[in-house]
Amino acid sequence: MNHRVLLLALLLLALPSWAVIETYQFDTDLQRQRYNAFIEELRCPKCQNQNLSGSDSAISQDLRRQLHAMIMAGKSDIEITQYMVDRYGDFILYRPRFNAATAVLWLLPVGLLLGGLAIWALMASRRTRRVPIQPLDDHDRAALDSLLSDEEKPSERSGGNS
Amino acid sequence: MSRIKLFLPLIIFLVLVAIFFGVQRRVQTGDYSPTALPSALLNKPFPEFSLPTLQGESLSRAELPKQWLLVNVWATWCPTCHYEHPFLVELAERGVPILGVDYKDRREPALKWLAEKGDPYFATVFDEQGTLGLDLGVTGAPETYLVDAEGIVRFRYQGALDQKVWDEQFAPMLSSLEEASP
Repeated sequence: MNHRVLLLALLLLALPSWAVIETYQFDTDLQRQRYNAFIEELRCPKCQNQNLSGSDSAISQDLRRQLHAMIMAGKSDIEITQYMVDRYGDFILYRPRFNAATAVLWLLPVGLLLGGLAIWALMASRRTRRVPIQPLDDHDRAALDSLLSDEEKPSERSGGNS
Repeated sequence: MSRIKLFLPLIIFLVLVAIFFGVQRRVQTGDYSPTALPSALLNKPFPEFSLPTLQGESLSRAELPKQWLLVNVWATWCPTCHYEHPFLVELAERGVPILGVDYKDRREPALKWLAEKGDPYFATVFDEQGTLGLDLGVTGAPETYLVDAEGIVRFRYQGALDQKVWDEQFAPMLSSLEEASP
């Protein structure tokens, strides 16, 4: 019985190892870094929100293989990005390039922020306008003086309003 | 004025509810698929290829007939393709030219499939490595492309073709193609 439990526990321990995907050979560290950067930044076209490194779908495997081949063939980052966009559109880039189709995506947050600031400024200016400061007239001033002199000893307010 | 302001959050909430239910409804009826992407090849030439056919001959882009045709990406490992196949056979009987692309598959089961279920394709490219699929921007099978007489990709449909999809999406495209080049 104990053995079985132990075996089961070992099986569970081995679970993370299932997640290991293909291993590719690189000549230089730079190539490896570029590969790792690309699989983080490129999106799996089949999935809604997974990058190539996180997806085990067939298309992601193909794209990782293609990416590796292109890096080993000495293609530049721009060439690789263009290759992917030519086939899968801007969707494949997690940071899409700025063009007519993606303008809303890039500009909307800034627009919303500016809109919010404008509304906030409008509300703030209204609030200050609603409590206008009016100078006290003589009657008010007399009432204020009598209130103050009731609470405080006259000796302490020697140089006060008279 | 202040009374309307009081109800503003509720109004916004109701508008959002209406939008979400509207989208959900369109997903259910199949009018809208959030996973479907427009092809990056839209209005661009069909990619160059030179690949063997399932029957062992070779076929390249230049050898394709100079008329509009469908390109259907399929595979024996794809369950939706099973569902779709009878409709493709029906289309072929109606005279629709369909080029098959057997995507990342093995030759024997593919030939067996066509022998058993009927062969709706005038030719089937055997894309064992998925290279044509990659150039086409295929994300999975089945996918169907509409290519015009000049070899330009006009439309891509992801998922199973059936009569409803044909009538709603392909038929209007085709009639506009035929109007443009009678």
